[in-house]
This record gives sequence, C-alpha cells and structure tokens, in this order.
Amino acid sequence: MAVIAHDPQHPNQTHAEVTRDVVNTLGTADRGYFIALGVAVLCFLVGIGTFTMLLKDGLGLAGYSPPVMWAVYITTFVFWIGIGHAGTLISAILFLFRSPWRTAVYRATEAMTVFAVMTAGLFPIIHIGRQWFFYWLLPYPNARFLWPNFKSPLIWDVFAISTYLTVSTTFLCVGLVPDIAAARDKMRGWRHKVYSFFSLGWKGTDNQWRHYTRAYLYLAALATPLVLSVHSVVSWDFAMSIIPGWHGTIFAPYFVAGAIYSGVGMVLTILIPLRKALKIEHMITDYHFDNLAKLTLLTGSILFYAYAMEYFIAWYSGNPFEQETFWRRAFGPMWWAGWTMIICNAFVSQLFWFRKIRTNLTALFVISIFVNIGMWFERYVIIVSSLSNDYDPYAWGQMTPTWADWGILLGSFGWFSMWFLLFARTFPVVAIQELKEMIPMPRLRKGGH
Amino acid sequence: MAKPVPGVLAIFEHIDAACDAIKSLRAQGKRNFTVYSAAPNHELEEALGVTNSPVRLFTLIGGMTGCLAGVGMTFWMSLDWPLLVGGKPIATVPPYVVFMFELMVLIGALSTVTGLVLLSLTKRTTGLAYDPSFSDDRIGIFVPAGGETGSEIERIVRDAGAVEVRNAA
Repeated sequence: MAVIAHDPQHPNQTHAEVTRDVVNTLGTADRGYFIALGVAVLCFLVGIGTFTMLLKDGLGLAGYSPPVMWAVYITTFVFWIGIGHAGTLISAILFLFRSPWRTAVYRATEAMTVFAVMTAGLFPIIHIGRQWFFYWLLPYPNARFLWPNFKSPLIWDVFAISTYLTVSTTFLCVGLVPDIAAARDKMRGWRHKVYSFFSLGWKGTDNQWRHYTRAYLYLAALATPLVLSVHSVVSWDFAMSIIPGWHGTIFAPYFVAGAIYSGVGMVLTILIPLRKALKIEHMITDYHFDNLAKLTLLTGSILFYAYAMEYFIAWYSGNPFEQETFWRRAFGPMWWAGWTMIICNAFVSQLFWFRKIRTNLTALFVISIFVNIGMWFERYVIIVSSLSNDYDPYAWGQMTPTWADWGILLGSFGWFSMWFLLFARTFPVVAIQELKEMIPMPRLRKGGH
Repeated sequence: MAKPVPGVLAIFEHIDAACDAIKSLRAQGKRNFTVYSAAPNHELEEALGVTNSPVRLFTLIGGMTGCLAGVGMTFWMSLDWPLLVGGKPIATVPPYVVFMFELMVLIGALSTVTGLVLLSLTKRTTGLAYDPSFSDDRIGIFVPAGGETGSEIERIVRDAGAVEVRNAA
C-alpha cells in the first residue's frame, strides 16, 4: 500500500508533468483495453438482440405479471439515474464548496454521470411497450392539441431526466475544451487535426479565461440544485402514489442519499482499475479514495437511518397495509432481496469507519461491488415487493424476471461500459487545467503572492 | 488561415515576471495585447485588471426566461385542454414548480454556454502568434506592434524576465 503523500491536497507535480501524464493516457491502447471493449460491445449486442425481440413480440417477454407491472426495467432505470448523481455531486457541488480533492477525480465521474444518464434514459422508453411512440411523452402540438398531464410525476420525470442529461453533458463538454486544446498542442499528424477540431479554437487567452471561469461557475451553480431535484423527482414517481411502501414523505432525501451512495460506489469500481490501466496512480491517490470512502460512509449512514425510519414509520402509522408490506420485505417471499439491500447498503458501508479499510484499494473495490449490488436490490425491493402485495390480498402476486429482463440489464452495462471505455482513451480523464490551477507556478523572486 | 498579425510574442516561465510585463505594458498605455495561460490565474487577472464577465447576464436572463416558459407552458396547455385529475384544480402551482425549475436550469445553462461562446468571439484570436507551450507550462504575451514600438515592447518584456521573445510576421 502506498503511503499517503505529505501534502495530499496539492498535486506533487509541475505543470509540464501534468500535461505529459494526462496526454500519455490518450491514443494507442493495449490488448487488455480491446478485450474489455470487446466484452462491453458483446454485452451491448445482447441488449440490442433482446430489445429487437421486445419490439417484435412485445413486453410479454419480460417477467411482468399482475399486479407487478413495474419491475426490472424501472429498477434498472432508477439504478442508472442514481449512479449519475455522484458525478455531478463531485464535479459541481464540491466545486462550489472548493473541495480540493475533487479536482483529480471529477472528470472521470462527470463522464460516468453522462453515460449513466444516457443509459437510464433508455429504460422508460423500453418499458412503455410501444417504444416507437415515446415522443407522446413530450408536449408537442399534435393533431388534436392534446397535451401531457403535467400533474403526473411521470411527466415531471421526462423533464427532469432530459434536463439532467443536457446540463451534465454541457458541463462535461465545457470542462473538456481547454484540456482538448492542451492535448492538441502535444499531438502530431491526424490526431492533431482531430483534437484541433474539438478544441473549438481554444487558445487560453485572457479574454477566453475571463468568460470561461464565470460560465463554469454558473453552470456548477445551476447543476447543484439540479442534481438534488432529479432524484427527488424520480422518488416522487413512487411517493406520489398510494401504494404501501411507496407513499413516504421521506422519499426525496432518502433517494438522493441512495443515489449518491450508489454513484460513489460506481466511481470506486471504475477508478480503481482505471488509474492502474492509465498509469495515473500518482494523480489519483489514497487521499482521493479516502475521501470517496468517507462520502460513501456519510451517504450509507443516511441510508441506514432512512431504512430504520421506514420500518419505524410503518409501525408507528398503525396502518396494517404499511406494516404488512414491511413485514414481508424482511420475512416474506422476497426476504433474500430485502436483506441483500439492508446488508449491502446499511451495514457494509459502516466498514468505512476504519481508516485502514478506506485506504486499502482491494477492500474498497470489493465493497464498491457490494454497494452496486445492494443499490440495485434496493430499487428492486422498493418497486417489486411493494407492488406484489398492496391492499387486496386476493390480487397479490409475485413476478419472476425472465431472460428478457436480464438481457436488457446486461445490455445496459455493455452500453455504459462501451461509452466509458471509448471516452477514457479519447479524452483526458483527469482535468488538466484544473489540476494546474492548484499547482503554484514558478517565480523569479522569492516570496509568495 | 487568417492573415498573421505583426507583433511581439513574449514567452514567460515565471508568473511574477509575466505579471511585471503586463503591468509595465499597461503603464505604457498598452491595452490591446493578449495573454495566454494554461489555466486561469488570479495574479494574471489582477495584473490585467480583469473585471467581472457579463456572462452572468446570460445566465440570469436565460434562467428567468426558462422559469417563465415553465409557467406559460404548463398553465396554457392545461387550460387549453382541461384534464380533470382526482378533482384537483385544472391549473395549479405546486406540481408545475417542477417544470418551472427544470426549464430554468435547462435554458439557464444553455444560455450560459451561448454567452460563453459569443463573448469569447468578441476578441479575435485568429492570426495572433501562439506557441503550443502556452497550454503546457508557459505564459505568453502577444503585443500587436511593428517597427520602433516593437523594439520598445521587446525591451519591456525582456526586462520583466521573458525567457524568449519572437517577432511575429
């Protein structure tokens, strides 16, 4: 295990070394990269194949079975949207709070956000049945001037997700421009031409920086409430209904904390192998992982509290339907899923109280996988177990996922990984200019500014 | 390719030297020079006397437009085809706040980026001498000048501590 550097807050490198090390991550890849990309594309093709079958034969192929008519696709939708939240938290919220540890890791997490939201956005479309009419969700002047029901949380979601995708993509691209220009200036031949095109004529002039720094600040300021609102809106997809187990007033903060928890889990899963593959271990250090683990601990503890409160509210409400739902979550037919969620999220995260675990990358990686699994199951439990037993025991029923559910789930991981892998070799995954901003420039005379 | 602008390009390794050069140039009444750097720097901004960017107006106006668009869209569309849901009012504020907020963020962000692009275009960069090291670890100052003024500027930047001075075109 590497020892944490003396002053971890400030990168121990010169400006030239930062450019060199980050630009070196671009370009020619090794065999391992192509194998990973190949596996990702293969998984994506499985998803495409499954989706083609869904288009041909309809949603009957998936495991929907009344009363459970929201199942794996909506679970996976919420899972991916949640993943996206850590990226914007780290890139925008921690930027406003001037948190120095975000700088080295934020680009990779912001890219993760964009690709996760791109993945999530596909799921409501897959789930609606007649996928070719997805545009009916949007308010457009159709033949009879029928408009969407703006009181429906599902339409809130359409606006929240599309705004989130647009704004996080914008934020990522704006941050990338000066770094692409830095890469352009190091490249030769056709690569130089490609990076010149994407650098949009960036030269780093005083006029450009003057407007850029302000614009970036305002984008962060807009993205900050957005990230909190998006998962609140997603939680209202459930909380606005009257299904026991969904109708909770704590849902918005509970879902936001869960989203950030799952997102940081995914950040850890991605960054630990990524920094080794790209040879940037000296840039993303134990210091960053320690902080990411603390964030996991914080959000995991909020989840712990929220889980406890859900049970408390169910008991204290005196409502037999609510009580039955929560009893069945722990001891009903889906007890295994309920306990997977509680153990992976509430209990496993508590291991991060120990500094030794926070700075042990193997432990971090293993725990991050538990976080991912736990958070997928959290949504599965909330959605499926609540729907399977609502008010009328006569109508209760279980669902079993089918190959069409697993095929789309696997395809979503392939689609996400494919984009991330392509990004990691094409664009700087560490923010060059922001790291340089933290490194003091050499001076002719002694003494600071 | 744009026609190169004649002038002096000074390359600096040290931040304090670059700031000295900027201050001396400004003391000589020079204002139309361009400073290149790999990252924004407060010392450079101070030496240049940078004022707040008007990009914030784009954010403000975009955000307000988005919010009003959210009000207009939801109220007009609800009233245009009244849809009674659960006995609730046809057009009502609480559920529509979501649209007002989302459109405020969406249009606010897009207009901020538009502002960034438009304002960056207000000062030309094409044809000005540039060196790839400016996106790496050097600071550059390009002063458009020719003839005797050129040699005067060359003297100022050399005195300040430029590591290299070039005459462009």
